[in-house]
Amino acid sequence: MLRFIASRLLQSAAVLLAVFTMTFFMIRLAPGDPFASEKSMNPDVKKELERQYGLNENLSVQSWKALSSYGRGDFGLSMKNQGMRNGKIIRDSFPVSLIVGAAALVVALAIGLPAGIIAAVKRNTWLDVGPMSLAMIGICLPTFVMGPILIAVFGLKWRLLNVAGWFEPTDWILPAATMGLSYAAYISRLARGGMLEVLSQDYIRTARAKGVPGWLIIIRHTLRNGLLPVAAFLGPALAGITTGSFIIEKIYNLPGLGQHFVSAVFNRDYTLILATTVLYAALLVAMNLVADIIVAWMNPRVRLSS
Amino acid sequence: MRRFLAALLAGWLTLLFSACSGESINATEGARRKILLVNNKDDPRWLDLHRTNSVVENNIMLALHEGLVVEGATNERDPDPGIAASWQSNPEKSVWSFQLRPDARWSDGNPITPDDFIWSWQRLLNPKLAAEYSGMLFIVKNGREIFEGKLPADQLGARKTGPHSLEITLTGPTPHFPQVLCHSIWCPLARHCLEKYGDPLSALNPWTDDGKMITSGPFRLKTYLFRRYLEVEKNPHYWDAATVKLDGIRFYPITSEQTEDRLFRRGQLHITYNVPLDKAPTYLHDHPDVIVNDPNLAVRFYRVNTKRKPFDDARVRRALGLAIDRQSLVDNVLRENQRPAFGVVPPMDGYDEVKGFSFDIAEAQRLLAEAGFPNGQGWPSNVKLHIADSERAIQVAEAMQAMWQKNLGIRIPIRMEDYNSYLSSQQHMDYDISDAGWNADYYDPATFIDMWLTDGGNNRTGWSNPAFDKLLEESGQCTDAASRLATLRKAEALLLSEAPVLPYYYYTRTRMIHPAVVGWTKRLLDDRMWKYFDLRYPPPPSSMDGELRRE
Repeated sequence: MLRFIASRLLQSAAVLLAVFTMTFFMIRLAPGDPFASEKSMNPDVKKELERQYGLNENLSVQSWKALSSYGRGDFGLSMKNQGMRNGKIIRDSFPVSLIVGAAALVVALAIGLPAGIIAAVKRNTWLDVGPMSLAMIGICLPTFVMGPILIAVFGLKWRLLNVAGWFEPTDWILPAATMGLSYAAYISRLARGGMLEVLSQDYIRTARAKGVPGWLIIIRHTLRNGLLPVAAFLGPALAGITTGSFIIEKIYNLPGLGQHFVSAVFNRDYTLILATTVLYAALLVAMNLVADIIVAWMNPRVRLSS
Repeated sequence: MRRFLAALLAGWLTLLFSACSGESINATEGARRKILLVNNKDDPRWLDLHRTNSVVENNIMLALHEGLVVEGATNERDPDPGIAASWQSNPEKSVWSFQLRPDARWSDGNPITPDDFIWSWQRLLNPKLAAEYSGMLFIVKNGREIFEGKLPADQLGARKTGPHSLEITLTGPTPHFPQVLCHSIWCPLARHCLEKYGDPLSALNPWTDDGKMITSGPFRLKTYLFRRYLEVEKNPHYWDAATVKLDGIRFYPITSEQTEDRLFRRGQLHITYNVPLDKAPTYLHDHPDVIVNDPNLAVRFYRVNTKRKPFDDARVRRALGLAIDRQSLVDNVLRENQRPAFGVVPPMDGYDEVKGFSFDIAEAQRLLAEAGFPNGQGWPSNVKLHIADSERAIQVAEAMQAMWQKNLGIRIPIRMEDYNSYLSSQQHMDYDISDAGWNADYYDPATFIDMWLTDGGNNRTGWSNPAFDKLLEESGQCTDAASRLATLRKAEALLLSEAPVLPYYYYTRTRMIHPAVVGWTKRLLDDRMWKYFDLRYPPPPSSMDGELRRE
């Protein structure tokens, strides 16, 4: 186990280095620059700005400097947000995304798991068809439709919650619900599929033949194996869910991290793109590792080995 | 397991209460406390006045700073006294003297002196600051040379002539200098504040942090929460504090038009930045008392690349311009009371529109045939219309495409790029026809005309005409305003006759204004004089009460 984790950590470092390098160079290939505006800029002004942000140097020198400052834990200076350090931008916005993401995950699991399990057990009854049709709608309905619907009902019609902003301790509810519902749809379908496969196994039939009660079969014999696909899905999903969503943050005007992934690219904020991408990659790698460990714990047939 | 979950929940709650910062104020509460809630579209890139370059930043700067003169409260073309109580010029309009108010104070109570102005302008022109708007000061004697490092900063044509007086020498006659001076970039910065926190030229100098920043305007910075809001409060040391009725203004960085619309309807905003494109026509019809729809000193146009075939022929460019039905575009596509543009300068006080174009299909077809494309035959298939990926630009481009196809028989495909790539292509003249807009920096037609000078940084069409350049040079020598404007009109007419630019509409700005807001006036430059704003409590009734009054 320890050897497995150690080797995975080593691989992760290599992955992160590759992500860092590729992001660094790829964003420079895009046309445009961080100082572009409708009005033309005096060439002297532009040269001086490029000097101040170190953009006048050779690209490989720049990438080495950026890498060594990452080594020191300094994610550089944002080019779009006045004199702000990228580290501070991430520190400010990540908690917001984490709060909403964690709540969304709870919503997703609380709705998705029972719906999927019941649908599998009561296969081909209305308890299966009803929730699974809803889940299909949930998968098809993008968040930018779901969000405004929830806002129209809970914000504008019943006036229970704020329609946007991040001030009151209830402001996470609508964004978390919007995000959670779409994930719930995925999770319920994954759970149903996994459970169905296990329910048709011989050992379940054996248990039934021995006279084990139905609910005990589900809880003791089916769940652990049946929910493996959900556990495997949750690893990478967790990285996405906790780093925020551009669309949800835009709809609800949240000061989260998700918006920076997209707006930094539009603004050609080279340093911020690098910081957010590396952070996301690191989370993704970490969550995948956690998911692997959980899957191994749930399924002893998987051997953790390097 | 249960303990683990409880720990997770506790961690989540701690995070929740630590991350919710700032205080939510709704529109009614704001009216009671006299805090104006304004959506400003985005966070400012800089709070350092000299580094600012955008409308978003300018809206905040107008609250924080004040210059020698300010745009008139009633007529924006006729400046009001600001920190200067009075001013005069020599007969040639090239040397201007200003008498500062002895009671003018910084927001920390220190007096504002002529030296503060001179120091600020020298900083703005310092090449190390790399300020985009430094070019505005090139009309001051030696301004350009100082920026280029050829002369020391103390050679600037601005000097103190008394404890409260200041003299500015310009490079030539400038009868419209007071209008130019209204731009916020001319406002003074507090030297003692910048120097206290480090190198005044450094981008990392924290002098603009809340609690540190010292400014000269009717308001001062109170709180800045990145991605949440920026709040200013009344500046008690401001010389005209008695006029200032608001206790504060909160600027929100809400980027989505749909979100700000919902916030407004939920009673959480006083002034929106825009109105969603799909909703504007309905609101204009149903809620005329809540919506404002003002003409704006800005023009939308297509640049034509005169270095590429077939646009090296002026007849082809003219033909495209004449085949646009601008009235129909405004009535059926844009639908926010925009005005069709037949010239590059929007109509303004003292300068009527130069109608260089009209809607004349027969003439357009004749010109195109003359240029070798009768009924569009032989039209090159690789010519494209270049736009940025905005909803509005797409709608307009599709309408243009249809008009050119119908009226001239030519098919011009659309090439769309993300905003930054689009700007880059335009700058490198990698386009055939490219969409663009231009906002006035100050109340004068020259701000729309001088960009078309040969090799001007904003020309970007490759067009050059020595006669045009000469007319502009002549206009710069005029000491009397009327003959100057007449020369500018001649230059504009010449530009339009050769059509490197095809103007199509003059902007309007559409916004929702809460019934509690007092003091909104039509302003072509759209610069808000925040000190004249007020809020009424309780808010008077309006056509949107069904939505706004349910609090």
